[in-house]
Amino acid sequence: MNTVTVPEEVVRVAELANGLTILAQPMPWLRTAAFALAVRAGVECEPDDRGGLAGLMCEMVQRGAGPYSSRDVVELQDNLGLDHSAGVSAALASFGAAMPGPSLPAALKLYAEIIRHPHLPGDQLDDARMGAMHEVRAVRDEPTQQVILRLKRMQYGPRDGRPTCGDEPGLEAITMSDLHDFYAKRYRPAGAMLAIAGNFDPDEIIALAEELFGDWQGELLEIPQDQAGQPGYEHIQQDSSQTHIGWSFDSIPLSDPNYYVMRAGVGILSDGMSSRLFDRVREQRGLCYSVSLSAHSLQNRGAIMGYAGTTPERAQETLDVAFREIAALKDGIEQAELDRLKVRVQSSVIMEQESSWSRVSSLISDWYHRGRVVTMRELEERVESLHVEDILGYWKAHPPGSYRIVTLGQQPLNVPTSVT
Amino acid sequence: MSIFRETTLPNGLRIAAEVDPRGYSASFGYFVRTGSRDEVDHESGVSHFLEHMMFKGTARRSAADVNRELDELGGNSNAFTSEEQTAYYATVLPKYQDRIIDLLTDMLRPSLTQADFDTERKVVLEEIAKYEDQPPFGAFERVMERHFSPRGLGRRVLGTAESIAAMDRQTMYDYFTRRYAPANIVLAAAGNVDFDGLVEMAERMTADWSSLAIAAEPPADDVTQLPVGIQTDAVIASPDAAQAYLVRISPAPRGNDPDRYAGRLLASILGDESGSRLFWELIDTGRAESCAMWTQEFIDAGALFTMLVCHPDDLVSNRRLVDDTVARFLNDAVNAEELAQAVNKATAGCIMSNERPSNRMFGVGSGWQLRGEYADLDTVLQRYRSVSVEDIRRVAQSYLTIRPTETLATAEETELAEELNQDVGLPTAG
Repeated sequence: MNTVTVPEEVVRVAELANGLTILAQPMPWLRTAAFALAVRAGVECEPDDRGGLAGLMCEMVQRGAGPYSSRDVVELQDNLGLDHSAGVSAALASFGAAMPGPSLPAALKLYAEIIRHPHLPGDQLDDARMGAMHEVRAVRDEPTQQVILRLKRMQYGPRDGRPTCGDEPGLEAITMSDLHDFYAKRYRPAGAMLAIAGNFDPDEIIALAEELFGDWQGELLEIPQDQAGQPGYEHIQQDSSQTHIGWSFDSIPLSDPNYYVMRAGVGILSDGMSSRLFDRVREQRGLCYSVSLSAHSLQNRGAIMGYAGTTPERAQETLDVAFREIAALKDGIEQAELDRLKVRVQSSVIMEQESSWSRVSSLISDWYHRGRVVTMRELEERVESLHVEDILGYWKAHPPGSYRIVTLGQQPLNVPTSVT
Repeated sequence: MSIFRETTLPNGLRIAAEVDPRGYSASFGYFVRTGSRDEVDHESGVSHFLEHMMFKGTARRSAADVNRELDELGGNSNAFTSEEQTAYYATVLPKYQDRIIDLLTDMLRPSLTQADFDTERKVVLEEIAKYEDQPPFGAFERVMERHFSPRGLGRRVLGTAESIAAMDRQTMYDYFTRRYAPANIVLAAAGNVDFDGLVEMAERMTADWSSLAIAAEPPADDVTQLPVGIQTDAVIASPDAAQAYLVRISPAPRGNDPDRYAGRLLASILGDESGSRLFWELIDTGRAESCAMWTQEFIDAGALFTMLVCHPDDLVSNRRLVDDTVARFLNDAVNAEELAQAVNKATAGCIMSNERPSNRMFGVGSGWQLRGEYADLDTVLQRYRSVSVEDIRRVAQSYLTIRPTETLATAEETELAEELNQDVGLPTAG
């Protein structure tokens, strides 16, 4: 029989004097490398009336930087074979790419220019703005997205729950001076992270990163604080084929010591085809095609969010069965359910060794949420040591409640009385 | 180094694997040469519905057992149905090879009980309803129906709400006996695979697969009538759509045509989502949300897709820009730098996707099933690198000069909608 084990992991951490943290994990068995560079320039930093500024900024910095024109940037990305992406979340603006290993040094040089010396060409603002407006309209053609966006706002409040795509009035109002101001205040090394994983020489790459980013300057500025979201029910009237149902409730963030215990409960409810929601809502009753539950985390707050899409005549039953299953978790968990979850985690831990890009994403998430790197081995051990009683204890002590519920469809649903 | 192994069992089942003992995982998949193009009207959607039913239990396992065991093996498992293939696959740690093969192989001889059939019909109807809320999905189905006709390659994979509501269990069972014979199936694997163990087990477990009585072929469709639930208008009214969705198909090189690499690079130079001619014309300028071109290769045909998504007000001018860009491409030759850039992008993409055994397994399975061909990574890279500027020019002249089939999903009444709707003649398969 073939057996494999997780190789000994070495994650190099270099915290530069300017506040940038470099995380480097060599994976010499791969042919690829990946990096992600994240700065504290997410939508939570936007002025209230400039929804979309963080995303537009993220687009504008890529339109020419240092010695490169906008076309040069794209040509270089293509010729280096970068599978690249950029985007914003509540807290971060992130730029990253996976690539054949030998392209890594040149890619880091390019992105150092993009982050540190963007041209921010004023004559391209309107083009970029129009592109951003498309994203806002695109959400309207995605009922699931529309529900999730509304739900996030109800869950996290008007600031942390802002849509990352912005809104039309906000985008319309953005000027070049807004962009220059946002860039100067938010694109700074303090609190920024550069994660690198894959096939590279760590000494060489860390030295290069220090050379590229070491003399970058700027303190971290305060980020406006938010008020929490409120429980409640909102219905979006639309003549759609399905009723799209989203719901959420308060939970704990990734940094909480109980995170894995909480997350195991979510897994028993929703990970895999034998999970309770999939089995009871879809397999046994045929109520819907999609039903899911997931844990979501900001730096200091967390939430559990669910979604189901179903035709109007089955929507009420779908909601009722899903909520019943969630509430019943505290009443008992079979050892076999937990064992399946453990195998799932073990498999994903080992398979993460096959992708430099997924490793980079985990490094950034760990550092941002926990301020340290969780090795794959540690993750496996933490999950392996979970007991049924711990999960039951947690879910009894923290029963789901204070639901936020959003539906989109032909008619509203009856939601639990605790919500209305 | 990975090595390619293959064999054919006495019952006709073919097994093909790219074995790499360094892998952390192993991927396995059954690729059945059947899909919506193999259906007649009253079977529309049966390939995909049957794919769902494969998870509903066997003589040895209940539906809950199947789902539970898949989860017990931890990895990622799933299935898909396309126009010409149905596949069932899983990626697991190598230590679970025997268990996953036992499970997947057993699943391919399903119980197909009436009760499960009735419950799962509801799930499939929900899946159809889910896509009805996504305007671009409808535009893709419609352009396939218009280009290839609503039968054969143009037949909807999901079927229609009407065909699924009317389907009975016997129809599905008969279809199953005709299409799931071992000679119509490839078992593919990649990664850290014990090939000899795989062959031994598959042979033992599929020994009685040939004994199934095969149902007679269904009567041919009446091609003078459209299938129930199908319309072929070029314009789909989508009252709630914020954007307009235009989808085109032109012919392209088919699956075994050596020109398919040139076809893919041509689509990349003209319409890749970043760095292409259409990107600079329509995306960088903010004129459209997206404008992309790509090819899809079938057994006996190829399709060059163009998709344009923009504000309804800009549709006519953007569509003209697409036409102008294509016309310029036909007039001015591609330059060597432009081709080199597309080759670099394509080969890097291959190297990256090749890293995961699951992706390699799809390549091995589809290649062996549809073309009887295996190509390792270096061969594929070499094929991209050997495409010349002249090849691109020749392929462009062969395919881009043919008028595309078009479909539009939009909320707005536009002149373009009227113009497209005039064009109701059904083209025949290319």
